[in-house]
Amino acid sequence: MLQSLRQTWLFNFRGDVLAGLVVALALIPEAIAFSIVAGVDPKVGLYASFSIAVISAFAGGRPGMISAATGAMALLMVTLVRDHGLQYLLAATLLTGVLQMVAGAFRLGGLMRFVSRSVVIGFVNALAILIFLAQLPEITGSNARLDVLVFVLAGLGIIYGLPRITRAIPSPLVSIVVLTGVAVFFGFDIRSVGDMGALPDSLPIFLWPDVPLNLETLWIVLPYSIPLAVVGLLESMMTATIVDDLTDTPSNRDRECVSQGIANIGSGLLGGMAGCAMIGQSVINVKSGGRGRLSTLTAGVVLLLMVVFLGDWVAQIPMAALVAIMIMVSVGTFSWSSVLNLRTNPKSSSIVMASTVVVVVLTHNLAIGVFVGVLLSALFFARKVGRLLTIESRLTGDNDHRTYTVVGQVFFTSAEAFLGAFDFREALDRVTIDVSRAHFWDITAVGALDKVVLKFRREGAQVDIIGLNEASATMVDRFGVHDKPDAETLLAAH
Amino acid sequence: MPNPQTPQATSGKVLACIDHSPYAGSVCDFAAWSAQRMDVPLSLLHVLDPDPAKGQGHQNLTGAIGLGAKSDLLEELTALDEQRARLVMERGKHLLHEARTRVAHAGFAHVEVRQRHGTLVDAVLTLDAETRLVVVGKRGAASASAHGHLGQHVERVIQAVSKPILVAQQVFAPPQAILLAFDGSATALKGVEMVAASPLFRGIPCHLVYVGQSTPEIEREMNRAQSILESAGFEVRGAVLEGHPEDALPTYEAREKVDLLIMGAYGHSRIRRMIVGSTTTAMLRTSRISVMVLR
Repeated sequence: MLQSLRQTWLFNFRGDVLAGLVVALALIPEAIAFSIVAGVDPKVGLYASFSIAVISAFAGGRPGMISAATGAMALLMVTLVRDHGLQYLLAATLLTGVLQMVAGAFRLGGLMRFVSRSVVIGFVNALAILIFLAQLPEITGSNARLDVLVFVLAGLGIIYGLPRITRAIPSPLVSIVVLTGVAVFFGFDIRSVGDMGALPDSLPIFLWPDVPLNLETLWIVLPYSIPLAVVGLLESMMTATIVDDLTDTPSNRDRECVSQGIANIGSGLLGGMAGCAMIGQSVINVKSGGRGRLSTLTAGVVLLLMVVFLGDWVAQIPMAALVAIMIMVSVGTFSWSSVLNLRTNPKSSSIVMASTVVVVVLTHNLAIGVFVGVLLSALFFARKVGRLLTIESRLTGDNDHRTYTVVGQVFFTSAEAFLGAFDFREALDRVTIDVSRAHFWDITAVGALDKVVLKFRREGAQVDIIGLNEASATMVDRFGVHDKPDAETLLAAH
Repeated sequence: MPNPQTPQATSGKVLACIDHSPYAGSVCDFAAWSAQRMDVPLSLLHVLDPDPAKGQGHQNLTGAIGLGAKSDLLEELTALDEQRARLVMERGKHLLHEARTRVAHAGFAHVEVRQRHGTLVDAVLTLDAETRLVVVGKRGAASASAHGHLGQHVERVIQAVSKPILVAQQVFAPPQAILLAFDGSATALKGVEMVAASPLFRGIPCHLVYVGQSTPEIEREMNRAQSILESAGFEVRGAVLEGHPEDALPTYEAREKVDLLIMGAYGHSRIRRMIVGSTTTAMLRTSRISVMVLR
């Protein structure tokens, strides 16, 4: 017991605690910013980040990964909050958690293998663009003032400049402290976090969402909960892969799915919004030396303590400082190399990536973007595999016996090419079709083979098929007609 | 004579699991001794544990993520791990080389030497099919100084592996007398048959010991076991001791100068083990002589 505690929690005590502190400091502005994106009080995002981080520290399947309130999820709840209010958001968060636990129980984490690398990159890029776009209202329109702009630029200057001098303190934190100090000291009249809504003034308390428990409520929250659950799991699985790669250790995906579910249920019951794993924060955690569950736990606990006890100060943080940090987050999240690789990568991969980005930016829904990306990947793949089909033939005997040799994959995309490769106008006594190195995948392929055989027969040739491998043979047995006595009439019905 | 118990056992090897603990030497000696007696090949295994400190020593608390933060970090961490892994592997190679020299002195010129990444349990399980006997030290390098305790990997190996396991003490001497712990169960009788059939202990005096209240049934089983061993040519002494195995056996061992204890493995019910507490684990922990656990 003590030994397992040491192995899973305390093996990297110093690194985990330090990294947890850094992450907590980085989480505060993000949690506030994402609450504002979703249209709720900052405390909703902060309570969510606390409960999700703490719960996933214990329940998670990927030690060292940071989960909290995220932009991807916040973007999905905007209209729910606008039309129905906070209580329905909490109900939707609960339902999201339940759906994710079910997904974990059914081991749907493995479905991630259908999401290709191009889709993942598209997802990440789209996320970065959405986070960036969500910052624009703060610096455009009525907020487009010179002092705000200067604050943002100064913030960015500190964030990117300070690491050149020292790597011992978090530069985003310094940026916040300096900008808040300047704003308060010189009495700048610019918007601060306190103007955006209530901050936590106490530890979170357990509360059941104040919504009627009926079908009507279900129909309101379900259309939000499903994409929330999907996007949450997608981003969590992607983040888990990234942390796997960085730390060269495995993760338990099914456990992580269940953990995301439990965390969201916990968040919903403590007055928080839905969240998931965070790519940027997890990278920051690993970068700061965090490896174990202790880092996630520290991040959550420190975040809450700081917000509750430093609430008055947090309220003074100028929005411009947050905007600077969120710009850093979106710039850091965006995969810039993917833009450079657009021209050198295979065209299909680039199209999949670009369409994922475009669809997400247009719909503001990462789930739809991923769906389109996966669909396109599958289509491109089908087209490519369909090309793996060659048909050669040679004439033997007294020029009255032709042997066709089919090599490759015959299925719906290649069936037409398969049909086109046979010359039915040639007058032959015998036709042999050698399919020993071909594979017939579906009923379209079997139908095409039927057609070929029957056409040759009608021209008066005797047709032999050799080498149907076992898988192809079962398909032909079950669905083919050319080997059945009433072939001609059956085919007519096709 | 080949072991009739399992078909693959006839072709199996003795697998000696060594690491940088003080037990490595005696594990090599024990393995060489048993491989010689059973006339099977010997394989030396060193497992490079996944380093919990992987990628550590790297600290950047800026909390900022810039362009390409992920790929830069991945490169940095990979380079760090690479250096460390090279070092550890080098040390392991050195250890294996020493071990090879040691068993060469014992007459094994050709031993198979393996190095694997991962945990000991995984490595031993991977090699399970080609193994006939696993030899491990009582404690590995990770817990070498925890006297009176069992190494953290040993228990897991015993639970996972389907072959007999020899848990060696720090000092090796060819066993002069063995003690077969008998509890009257069918599994115990199977263990007796295994010992009787194996060439490993042929010619070594054997004590067949039951701890607890003697009943006519137990006596019958003891006689049966004794006759199995005797018909295999063993010189057997039966004994029934009072008290708990953890107390009674060590006293008996010291008095009778027994230097190898043979016993059955854990019961198969996990729940039962948790409630009753495992005699096997307790015996392994407290034993002052090497122990062979039969599966």
